Amino acid sequence: MANWIGSDQKLPQGRLILVSYVVVLETILLLIGFWKLQIVQSGHFADLAEKNRIRSIPIIAPRGKILDRYGRVIVDNYPSFSILLLRDDPAQIQKDLPQITTGLGVTADDLKQQLLEARDEPKFQPVIVKPEASDADLAFVESHRADLPELELMMVQRRKYPPDDFMAHVIGYVGEVSPEQLAQSGGDRYKPGDIVGKAGLERQYNDILTGTDGMRRVIVNSIGKPVRTLDDTEPIPGKPIQLTIDADLQRVAEEELTGKIGAMVALDPRTGETLAMASRPAFDPNDFAIRISRKEWTDLNDNPDKPLLNRAIQAQLAPGSVFKILESVAMLESGVPPPDFHVFCPGYGVFYGQVRHDWYPKGHGEVSLHEAIVHSCDIFFYNVGERLGIDRLSYYATALGLGKRTGIDLPSEESGLVPSSDWVERVYHHKWYPGSTISLAIGQGPIEVTPIQLLRSISGIAMDGVFYQPHLLKDFSPMKVTKFPISQNTIEQVVDGMYGVVNEDGGTGHELGYPILAQAKLQDVQFCGKTGTAQTISSQGLLRMAAAERGHFGYNTWFVGFAPKHNPEIAVAVLVQDTHLEAGGVAAPLAARFIKAYYQKKLGQPIEELQLAQAVPQKAGARAQEVAAAPAARNQ
Amino acid sequence: MKEREHSFELDWWLLFIVMVICSVGLLEIYSSTHSGPLHGMQWKQLAWIGIGFAGMLALSRIDYSGLLDQSLLLYLLSLGALAVALVVGSKHFGARRWIEIWGVDLQVSELVKLIIIIVLARYFSEVRTERLTLADLVKIGLLVGVPAGLILLQPDLGTAMALVPVAIAGAFLAGINWKHAVGVLTLGAVVAVAGWNGHFLKSYQKQRLATFLNPEESPRGAGYQILQSEIAVGSGGFWGKGFGKGSQNQLGFVPVRYSDFILAALAEEQGFFGVLITLLLYLALLLRLVDNAQKAKDRAGMFLVMGVAAIFAFQVLVNAGMVIGYMPVTGIPLPFMSYGGSSTIFGFLALGLVMNVRTKRFVN
Repeated sequence: MANWIGSDQKLPQGRLILVSYVVVLETILLLIGFWKLQIVQSGHFADLAEKNRIRSIPIIAPRGKILDRYGRVIVDNYPSFSILLLRDDPAQIQKDLPQITTGLGVTADDLKQQLLEARDEPKFQPVIVKPEASDADLAFVESHRADLPELELMMVQRRKYPPDDFMAHVIGYVGEVSPEQLAQSGGDRYKPGDIVGKAGLERQYNDILTGTDGMRRVIVNSIGKPVRTLDDTEPIPGKPIQLTIDADLQRVAEEELTGKIGAMVALDPRTGETLAMASRPAFDPNDFAIRISRKEWTDLNDNPDKPLLNRAIQAQLAPGSVFKILESVAMLESGVPPPDFHVFCPGYGVFYGQVRHDWYPKGHGEVSLHEAIVHSCDIFFYNVGERLGIDRLSYYATALGLGKRTGIDLPSEESGLVPSSDWVERVYHHKWYPGSTISLAIGQGPIEVTPIQLLRSISGIAMDGVFYQPHLLKDFSPMKVTKFPISQNTIEQVVDGMYGVVNEDGGTGHELGYPILAQAKLQDVQFCGKTGTAQTISSQGLLRMAAAERGHFGYNTWFVGFAPKHNPEIAVAVLVQDTHLEAGGVAAPLAARFIKAYYQKKLGQPIEELQLAQAVPQKAGARAQEVAAAPAARNQ
Repeated sequence: MKEREHSFELDWWLLFIVMVICSVGLLEIYSSTHSGPLHGMQWKQLAWIGIGFAGMLALSRIDYSGLLDQSLLLYLLSLGALAVALVVGSKHFGARRWIEIWGVDLQVSELVKLIIIIVLARYFSEVRTERLTLADLVKIGLLVGVPAGLILLQPDLGTAMALVPVAIAGAFLAGINWKHAVGVLTLGAVVAVAGWNGHFLKSYQKQRLATFLNPEESPRGAGYQILQSEIAVGSGGFWGKGFGKGSQNQLGFVPVRYSDFILAALAEEQGFFGVLITLLLYLALLLRLVDNAQKAKDRAGMFLVMGVAAIFAFQVLVNAGMVIGYMPVTGIPLPFMSYGGSSTIFGFLALGLVMNVRTKRFVN
């Protein structure tokens, strides 16, 4: 063989063997590479493969319903579809953007903004293009399944709030969990995109109302399409909450306030159960339940009438003459001045060198405590205040519940303010001006109360000094019951006075309050109460303000009352802000109508106020005219 | 010229190894595509194997000395074909590299690989000195550089690169001055390092270059492809997830899992064990080629066989390396396993050359 292989044809055998070593080396190197991946790191890559293929889709648990005291549904859920935009293929999205925006009626700028905000999120997390899809939107998505595969539908349970802003402030609303809440929860309670209560009861009882989301594990392919379902963990719906609110009385309260700025709260003084709580103007929580646009939010927030404010617990205003009831308790309990104290009211008086006028320029003549309450005589209470002094006034006002939160089960309750000499020295670094005591004596000056506070206070006095914690949850516990010993005689006298306000001729709440009950043959319910009127801004504030602006501010008018005289079962506070009529003309008839509705319901009669509301939708206007036409409007 | 008793002899061992590799490829193509819109692909691949096999038989009967005689003509023809493909060739995935023949798009560059093997075998066999001179190296550089440049223009970096190992292996076997070798390797390394690490290029330019060189890349980018391939390989473990049970493969996470990334699909479903068997099959194939080269009648035959071995070894290295993330995504198929008409036919025609050399080993 070797002889025909010439020297010029000699093969480089040694090099060929070297080449075969190189080939063996190549194989070994590759095998080491595969060994590292498949043996050394196989667990790590197995995890990645599982994450790749298994996707967990949350099944949103419906929130618990909100029921009134009789179990009637106030807040419910309804199934709805959200349209998702899958972000796997940005180039495809860019191409389809015009078709998507016109098809779904969203603006290209908004969608681009959303995509921009989501750019750091994992690619498989879609963007919600439209949270509440209409039938037309659903049809659009269904008919473009083939050419717009990046659009996907997701069924969600959405909050359904009652129409007409019913109980808006009490219920509150839900929204996406905020970054702050996420940070607070430490990451395990909430995840981004979770819906949580943001205000009102939705926030207060979020833990009860929130269920546990279920989970559907699906196998997805490389473009994220589910191929098959592995398993489902059923969601656990949130628990319902039953309220102390009576939806009928709530409706009455809201009808009463329609077209006004103010609040109305009613509770059972024997338990603290809140039967109605209304605040106007209001907002539609449904706007929040879907997705509130920046403009809607700004409009609500910047509205000078502050529709988002729950005035029943957040309006902090001077109580006006309602304060005279607390002052009366202070006088009788401390014996300063003595119980038989009486003054002659010429319509004015001089206190600390300053002339002070009674609201009734002609004067009330000779007045005792009873007449002073019934007619709301300022001169009498100026004298009482002068004698009591700031420290006693402040002590009793605080003891009777002013200047601190009532503890009602709602977030963001305000505490109000009871001034004291200590407080003035601490905050303003000067001694208490005795003249300020005179203003405080008629509930003016730097004193601030919320409607719920004033209601709890008056209810507690009517309950012989037992103050129940106002609450909205039927099974509220533990309930704080505060007792403040008040003598039977004091209560007798003060309540008698309040009875006179409504039921005696010349009582500040009689002329406009009593007939409403009498017409309904309810004159025997023994409705007791007290009117109040306060300037909408402090005297100092008025001084700081340009003269032209001052006229803009009207009065805040109050009425706080209860029925019956002994062992009261219903108490109501009414606040109407910025009215140019005084309390007897505005707040008292509202309270009387509410009491009438309460008894009509209790006696099984049709509730006149609700029937009126249904029959005459324009009631708000009609009511305003009626009030304006009322005689003797300057009634306090 | 031909002696009847030795006119036709196949290397049955080589053929057996190749047929086993082809079978593994067919099974994995079936596993990767049977549930999707590409199902039935294994039958098309079987047809390519059949055509390739016939081509191999035909080529093994042609005297390779005749082919070597015609190498200049073949070289010019291949340059012409590459130019034609660039100008009028049909465009797929943004690259012009196919010419339609009989209604089938053929990748011209695969045929060019074969011709470069022949041309270089001729050149190397005519070198009579102990060591290649610098002039030899420049000529070889030009011989390979011109078609490689044309292929790069298509653009197809992978196939262009595949021509280089033919020259390297040939130069090594023909004898090369150590200084020259170091010089050429240094030059190559500098160019490669500069190109890939981007000392002269900004990252966006590199990105553009990468996209330019690899138009098949999905919009998700090479990084995503490699990661998915690594996940497939790594999650396979030692024994694999089982035939047709690889989630990365079946759910489409592995890119072009029936072709360029078929080894990733196999690694996921058959595990390290399957990879071991497969790579040992390739090792056996390559060693069998070296054995054929050792037994070649003359230097030209040896260079032919070793040219084929160099290309196969290069493709295995780059393809398997890519699957585990050690090599860039360049679209180089795994010989006899990856789905593809042109590459399968090239593989068998290359085998035909080897058989041809074997047939002539006893012929004077």
